[in-house]
Amino acid sequence: MIFSTNPWVWIAAILTLCIFSFLYKENAFYRFAEHLFVGVSAGYGVAIYWNNAIVPNLYVPVFHQHNYWFIIPGLIGMMFFFRFSAKTGWLILIPLAVLLGTGSGVYLAPTFQADVLKQMQSAIADATNLELGGWGLVWGLVAFVGVLTTLSYFFFSREQKGALKISANIGIWFIMIGFGASFGNTVMARVSLLIGRVQFLLTDWIHIIK
Amino acid sequence: MKRQIPLIIVLILGIFFFFQFFVPSRISTNILQTTLQWTIVISAFAIVLAIGSLFNHHMLKIRRRKPHWWNSIVTLAALVVMALLGIFGRVKGLEPLGELYRKLFHYVQSPMDQAMFAILAFYMASAAYRAFRARSQEAALLLISGFIVMLGVIPFGSMLWTKIPDIAEWIMMVPNMAAKRGILFGVGLGITATSLKIILGIERSWLGGGGK
Repeated sequence: MIFSTNPWVWIAAILTLCIFSFLYKENAFYRFAEHLFVGVSAGYGVAIYWNNAIVPNLYVPVFHQHNYWFIIPGLIGMMFFFRFSAKTGWLILIPLAVLLGTGSGVYLAPTFQADVLKQMQSAIADATNLELGGWGLVWGLVAFVGVLTTLSYFFFSREQKGALKISANIGIWFIMIGFGASFGNTVMARVSLLIGRVQFLLTDWIHIIK
Repeated sequence: MKRQIPLIIVLILGIFFFFQFFVPSRISTNILQTTLQWTIVISAFAIVLAIGSLFNHHMLKIRRRKPHWWNSIVTLAALVVMALLGIFGRVKGLEPLGELYRKLFHYVQSPMDQAMFAILAFYMASAAYRAFRARSQEAALLLISGFIVMLGVIPFGSMLWTKIPDIAEWIMMVPNMAAKRGILFGVGLGITATSLKIILGIERSWLGGGGK
């Protein structure tokens, strides 16, 4: 076993082991790594916002391109700091209103188009596309039934009994299979990260795997 | 007035940008692009509030010498160091700071991030064992579909039976997609309804005071 001579690899390996130590029980090493992680991530977030949001959208337009219109969003953004004043605290609602109004207006139509109309269009297209032929058409129809029954499960305007109950029950089967698939994918993503970390420890740190 | 001004701003901006979607002219697109740039700047200032709140929380812990208070020093020091290195590391003449920032990201932040999510694999497995013990038909369906999808993406699955990856793909493409489409449909309707309620001033909880 030949250990790495790179001090950064040692830091990464020790911090990884500190986090993994939580599998035994909560301990001082884990708590240290956890707090370090929170601080580093928050600092990283600040730097990313500064470099990717403030510099290209405020600093460069105002100080390099002399486009003074861009001072306005800066001033509106600064209104968030009224949060610390008891008297003028309500002014924080102005930047919130700008963000909410713009967000609601900009995404209203595209969301309806992408999440409602396009989804329905694709579901119907798959169920009626004769070119798919044979099993393709059957699975298209099954998926269409799945969409309708899933929707019926979330239909609460009427008491779920009779045909609606049967439809809702079929819907819950589709939903459960969907959740199971999502769960399986999530677990495999986490396992993949675990393999990555173990590989790092065995390859880069103690050089067992070449 | 304290509530009327924000409501009027939301109404005007909401209606304007709703109709902007249907006007594909160059001027309209330019207005949208500039406004989106502005909103990025405005929301960036909200980060300052979040960081301020984190600072307050940890400073309070340090001042009151709460249990494990020294860990709060670690958090604050890491935050300040990482932020300053990230901000000044791009300044000409201070490139070594930028290099240190990248090293801290690759050898401190990234490994801990991956390790944090990796340990979740163990907790998800144990939680799944407790939650999914096929007590009902639905739980059994969830368990079986999750198991097949997991087997479908690893070589061991096709070693057991060559058809397993195909079945996993079928689950993803047919019942999973049907359920996701149904849910997405509901989410879309929900977002549309909530956006309309916000624009028209029916939804006022964001103003504070319980929406009165």
